[in-house]
Amino acid sequence: MLRDVERVFTTGRGRRTKRIEALAGLTLRVQPGEVVAVVGPSGCGKTTLLELVCGLQAPDAGAVEAAPAVLMPQRDLLLPWMDALDNAGLARRVAGASREEARVAARPLFAAFGLEGFEDQRPAALSGGMRQRVAFLRTLLAGKPVLCLDEPFGALDALTRAEMQAWLAGALATDPRTTLLVTHDVEEALLLADRVAVLSSRPGRVVAELEVPAPRPRRATNSALVALREQAMEALWAG
Amino acid sequence: MGRLSAAAAVVVLLGAWELYARAGGIDELVLPAPSAIGETLWTDRGLLAENFVVTATEIAGGIALALVLGCALAVALHVSRPVRGALYPLLVASQAIPIVILAPLLVIWLGFGVLPKLAIIALVCFFPVVVTTLDGLRAVDPDQRKLLRSMDASRTALLRFVELPAAAPAALSGARIAVAVAVVGAVFAEYAGSSKGLGHLMLQAVPQLETPRAWAAVVVLAAFSVTLFTALGALERRLTHNAGGSHS
Repeated sequence: MLRDVERVFTTGRGRRTKRIEALAGLTLRVQPGEVVAVVGPSGCGKTTLLELVCGLQAPDAGAVEAAPAVLMPQRDLLLPWMDALDNAGLARRVAGASREEARVAARPLFAAFGLEGFEDQRPAALSGGMRQRVAFLRTLLAGKPVLCLDEPFGALDALTRAEMQAWLAGALATDPRTTLLVTHDVEEALLLADRVAVLSSRPGRVVAELEVPAPRPRRATNSALVALREQAMEALWAG
Repeated sequence: MGRLSAAAAVVVLLGAWELYARAGGIDELVLPAPSAIGETLWTDRGLLAENFVVTATEIAGGIALALVLGCALAVALHVSRPVRGALYPLLVASQAIPIVILAPLLVIWLGFGVLPKLAIIALVCFFPVVVTTLDGLRAVDPDQRKLLRSMDASRTALLRFVELPAAAPAALSGARIAVAVAVVGAVFAEYAGSSKGLGHLMLQAVPQLETPRAWAAVVVLAAFSVTLFTALGALERRLTHNAGGSHS
């Protein structure tokens, strides 16, 4: 999917120009239907990686060969003037569907993903966890083969986050998608992913790749996960 | 509490004015006492109402026109950098043209009817609408734009689903600023050539030594602009409230 990707940002002008290498020689392959988590220290270019996959940025070197991907950003970015159902169906409307068509497409997902009864609520009336669920449904309804999740639960409190991780694991079990999940939370990565890629600090490149063979549903206390967690942390420290 | 203090401020102002006028400090043909104006408001009510309808229509129509044109122009400036570069300086310059210079020209072009008035009011009103709407359009979260781009949204879709609804309260906020200049614009427009309206009434009342009538017309116009300002503010709040603006 990503081969020897390099991405450099420059800031300032003239003699004050600074080159910031966000990613250097990064190679990452994701199989169809696989959930791959990318963990790394802050500022290692995780968000850049997702934007490359979604086609929002172009690499300075190397190649990105990805099926069409849709982004689920860190913040839910629900439109405050639309109700939950309209927000979930936004991608359909953007693609030219009528409001009715988009609502018809979104409605069954609300029941399937534990949001029944909240269809007509504006985002302001929803809890953080529910807003994030609506944002995830919006991502699913974009109908793209690849989902790019950028720290989807980073803004939630610990309890809600645990609840949402279980929910997302269930959602991906019901509706398997090729998923690239970026997070700084190793535990979250191990709970959700088939494979975890550990990035070094800037410039980011893959320093370790760990298969997560544990059966689902997983618990953080699973001994295999605990051992993998140790490995991932070591790779993070070393990187 | 706010209303009470507003009423108190008006009472104090009127009291001071009344005392000043009665003390004979100034010719009543230049500045009549509030009591005289109040009397005229009542005795000339038919005349005032008739002319008020004309001017109010011009003002409301002019502001509506300014909202439509201002939003359209803001969108054009927003989506096209060359258009912004070419037109923005001209727009600012257009605001420096005094209406008194422009009004006769518009009367020649558009006649003595309602059209030149609408044109003048729209001309003085569209600028704040353009500025606030453009700011509203540009204030959209860059991450929101990225999200829409990752959904392959076209420029039109981004405008329709995100930018325009986000900028709507800003457009109304511009219209609210425009209310104050709209009233002055309407009076100037009627001065330039008209047969009815409160501006026309003022123009006639002064040489006829009916100064209280001119002031009564001012009071009516002032009350109208306060009403319009409040109504637009309420509409703006409704839009923002609908957007859940009170939540973070």
